[in-house]
Amino acid sequence: MAGHMVVGSAALAGLVRPASAPDPAGGHRVLPVAPELTGLLPSRGLRRGSTIAVAAGQPRHNGGASLVLALLAEASRAGSWCAVVGVPTFGAGAAAELGIALDRLALVPNPGPEWATVIAALIDGVDVVVTAVPAAVSASVANRLAARARQRGSVLVPYGRWEGADVTLQVVRGAWEGLGPGRGRLRRREVTVSARGRGAAARPKEIKVWLPDDELTRVIPRAVASAVGGPTAGRSRPVAPPGRTVAGVSRRGALTLVGPA
Amino acid sequence: MTDAPVRTLLLWCPDWPVLAAEVVDGVPATGPVAVLHANRVVACSERARVEGVRRGLRKREAQGRCPQLTVVEYDPGRDARAFEPVVAAVEELVAGVEVVRPGACAVAARGPSRYLGGEEAAAEQIIEHVAQTCAVEAQVGIADGVFAAGLAARTGRVVPPGGTPAFLAGLPVEALGRPALADLLRRLGVRTLGDFAALPAGDVLARFGFDGALTHRLAAGRDHRPLAVRRPPADLTVTAEYDEPVDRVDAAAFAGRALAEQLHDRLAGHGLACTRLGIEAVTAHGQELHRVWRHDGLLTAAAIADRVRWQLDGWLTGSNGRGGAGRARPTAGIIRLRLIPDGVIAQAGLQPGLWGETGEERERAHRALSRVQGILGPEAVFTAVLGGGRSPADQVRLVPWGDERLPARPGGPPRPGESARPGEPPWPGRLPPPAPAVVLPTPLAAVVHDADGEPVVVSARLRLSAPPARLTLDAARPMEITGWAGPWPVDERWWAPAEAHRRARFQVGLANGTALLLVVEAGRWLVEAIYD
Repeated sequence: MAGHMVVGSAALAGLVRPASAPDPAGGHRVLPVAPELTGLLPSRGLRRGSTIAVAAGQPRHNGGASLVLALLAEASRAGSWCAVVGVPTFGAGAAAELGIALDRLALVPNPGPEWATVIAALIDGVDVVVTAVPAAVSASVANRLAARARQRGSVLVPYGRWEGADVTLQVVRGAWEGLGPGRGRLRRREVTVSARGRGAAARPKEIKVWLPDDELTRVIPRAVASAVGGPTAGRSRPVAPPGRTVAGVSRRGALTLVGPA
Repeated sequence: MTDAPVRTLLLWCPDWPVLAAEVVDGVPATGPVAVLHANRVVACSERARVEGVRRGLRKREAQGRCPQLTVVEYDPGRDARAFEPVVAAVEELVAGVEVVRPGACAVAARGPSRYLGGEEAAAEQIIEHVAQTCAVEAQVGIADGVFAAGLAARTGRVVPPGGTPAFLAGLPVEALGRPALADLLRRLGVRTLGDFAALPAGDVLARFGFDGALTHRLAAGRDHRPLAVRRPPADLTVTAEYDEPVDRVDAAAFAGRALAEQLHDRLAGHGLACTRLGIEAVTAHGQELHRVWRHDGLLTAAAIADRVRWQLDGWLTGSNGRGGAGRARPTAGIIRLRLIPDGVIAQAGLQPGLWGETGEERERAHRALSRVQGILGPEAVFTAVLGGGRSPADQVRLVPWGDERLPARPGGPPRPGESARPGEPPWPGRLPPPAPAVVLPTPLAAVVHDADGEPVVVSARLRLSAPPARLTLDAARPMEITGWAGPWPVDERWWAPAEAHRRARFQVGLANGTALLLVVEAGRWLVEAIYD
C-alpha cells in the first residue's frame, strides 16, 4: 500500500474521478505495465478492452509464463483484479516475486468444458483475464470473447494460439545466466520478446529484457553449492555483470531492459 | 446487599480431572488413574486411592505404591471443556449457574428449592439429571455461602439455614484450602475452623494479612460474595423445518435464503458477524450433511443461499469433487435446514475500505468470481497464499475463493539477504529466488545420463556417479545439459515415516535455453518445476 502512496499525486490523477461520474468501464483507461515492456505495446500499457496474446515460444517453456506474469505485475500492484484460467501449473511464488498481489489474483485451474462461459463471466468483473487457450477454440468463440472484453473494458490475455489479437507477444529467445557445470545457480535470464499486431502495432518490434532480473538475487552470497564429484574448475567465476538498466527501474526490479526497444 | 450469606447449592464432581480424562481422552476412570502436574499428583481415581496414592505424591512414589497406575498429564483446558456439558445440564434445570472451578458449580438455592419442592428434592433432581445426561456422578451440598456449600458437598450434606457457622466450626483448618496457613494455625494450636473463627478479626488481620482476614470471615460462615453468574452464550442458530420434504436444490436454496436473512437479523441484533458458517441439512430418512464454510468477509444472505445450493448440489449429484466413493446420495427430501454461525466476532471488526482496494472494483470482482463458483462449484476458484516450505509446491496453498487466506505452513517466501523473520521458521534448504514460474502439480519422470550414456546416480552421501550430460523427458529426444548445480539435499519429516522425504535437488539448464528444477528421490529423477 505504502508503495503506491509515495508515487504521488501525478500517478493518482488518472485514477481519481468524481463520484458522480459514470465508471468509464469501456473507457480509455490504460492499465500500467512495467516500464521495460511499454515499448512493446502500442498504448504503452494494457489498454482496457484490448486483447494481448502471448504466444507460446519455441521451444516451449522459454519464458512465456514469466512474460505473462510480468505483464500483469504492474497493473496488479496498482490495484487491478486479475484472474488466471486454465493454468494448473501456475507458479504463485514467481508471481509474488514479480510483484503480483496474490490476494487480488483468482485462479481457475481447471475450467473444463465451461471454459468460454467462465471467461465471459470473468470478463464482466475482473480487469485482466489471463487464460491458457484450450486446443479447440473456434474463431467465432474467440471473436465473441474479444468483443465482450472490448465492451466491458477488461484486458484479455490469451496464452497460446490466438488469432486476431491486438498485439501478440512472443518470447523468441531466452538464455539463463548463473548456472555453470556443477556450480552456481540460476540468477537471471535474458529474454528476447517480439511483438506484432494490428493497427498501431503493425510494425514488428523486438526488445531484450532481464526476466527475472538479478535484482532479486543480488544479495544472496554467490557460493551456494559445489557438487561433490563434479568438475570444479574455476571455483568462483563471476556471473556476467548486470546489464544496462533503464533509469529508475533497477530499484524495483525483477525485470530490466537490456536491448533497444 | 444483605448481611446474610446467600443460600447456595453447590454441585461437586469428585476427582474431576480424572473424570475429564475419561470423557475427553478415554482413560477408564474405574482403573487406577492419577493426574499429575509438575510431577505431583493433583487428583487420583478411587482405585488408586485404595492403593495408597494421595495428592501431592511424586510420580515415582505414586507408581511405587500402585505399579499399574495410569498417569495422565494435568490439563486445565481439558477439565474445563469436559465440564461444559455438565454446566449445560444444570442450566436446563436451574438458572444462574456460577462455575466455581472445573468440577464444581454453584447456584442460588432459593429458586430451585421452591420450584422443585424443597432443597433435598432439588439436590436429588439435579444429581439425577446430571447423571442421566452426562453420565457423571456428582454430589450436592447446600449451605450459606459458596465456601460452606463446597465443604458440605464433600459429604453431600444439606446444612440447615443458619446452621452454617456450627457446621464449619467442627471442620479442621485444612478445609480452608491454604496449606501454609493451615500448617501455621496448627502450630499455634488452632485446630478447627471454629477455633479460628473465635479469634478477634482485628488480630487476625494484623497477624495474617488480608488473605488471612478473608479466610477468617469464611471460617466464621460470613461468606458475602455474591454468585458470579455465568451468562449462557446466546443461541444464534436458526433452524427451519419443512413439513413437505424439499427435494429440489433450487427450492432448498430458496428456503436457505429466507433462513439466511433470519440469521442476519439475529446476528445484527447482537451486533455480531460470523466468519464461519455451518450448514446442516437433514433428510426425511435421517441422513445428515454438515459442512462448515469459511469466509473472510461478512457472508451476505445471497452468499449463504449460494453455499446452501453448492452444498446440496454436491450432495445430490453424489460426487464430492474429489473422486473416490464420496458420500451416499440422499434417499429422501430435506426436512430440516439449520444454519450454525461459528467464529462469531463483533461486527465493528469488519470495516470496509474507504476507497481503493475494497471499493466498487472489489465488489465487481467478487460478483464475477462468485458467478464462476456457481458455474464450476466452490472448489474451482482459488487464490494462492504463500507460506513456508522447501519445495515450490509446498510454499503455495490454494484457498477456495472467499475462504480465509491462511498459509499451509508458517513462514513467508524467501527474500534476498534476509534471514527468517522473528517468530517464523527459517526452512533451511529451500531454494533462493527466482522462483519457477511453472510448478508441476505432479512431478514428471525424467532420465538423466552422463556423457558415456550411463544413468547418473546420487549416492547416500550425495556423491554423483558422473556429471549429468543428457536429459530425456517422456520418450522425447534426449536434450543436452549445458549447466547444472546441486545436489542440494532435503531431508524432510524423517520423524514421521509415512510423510518422510529424502531428496536431492538440482537446477539444470538445457541447450535450448530451458531451465528445470530436478529432484532425485529413491533413485528416480523427477522434474518438479520449470523456470519458464
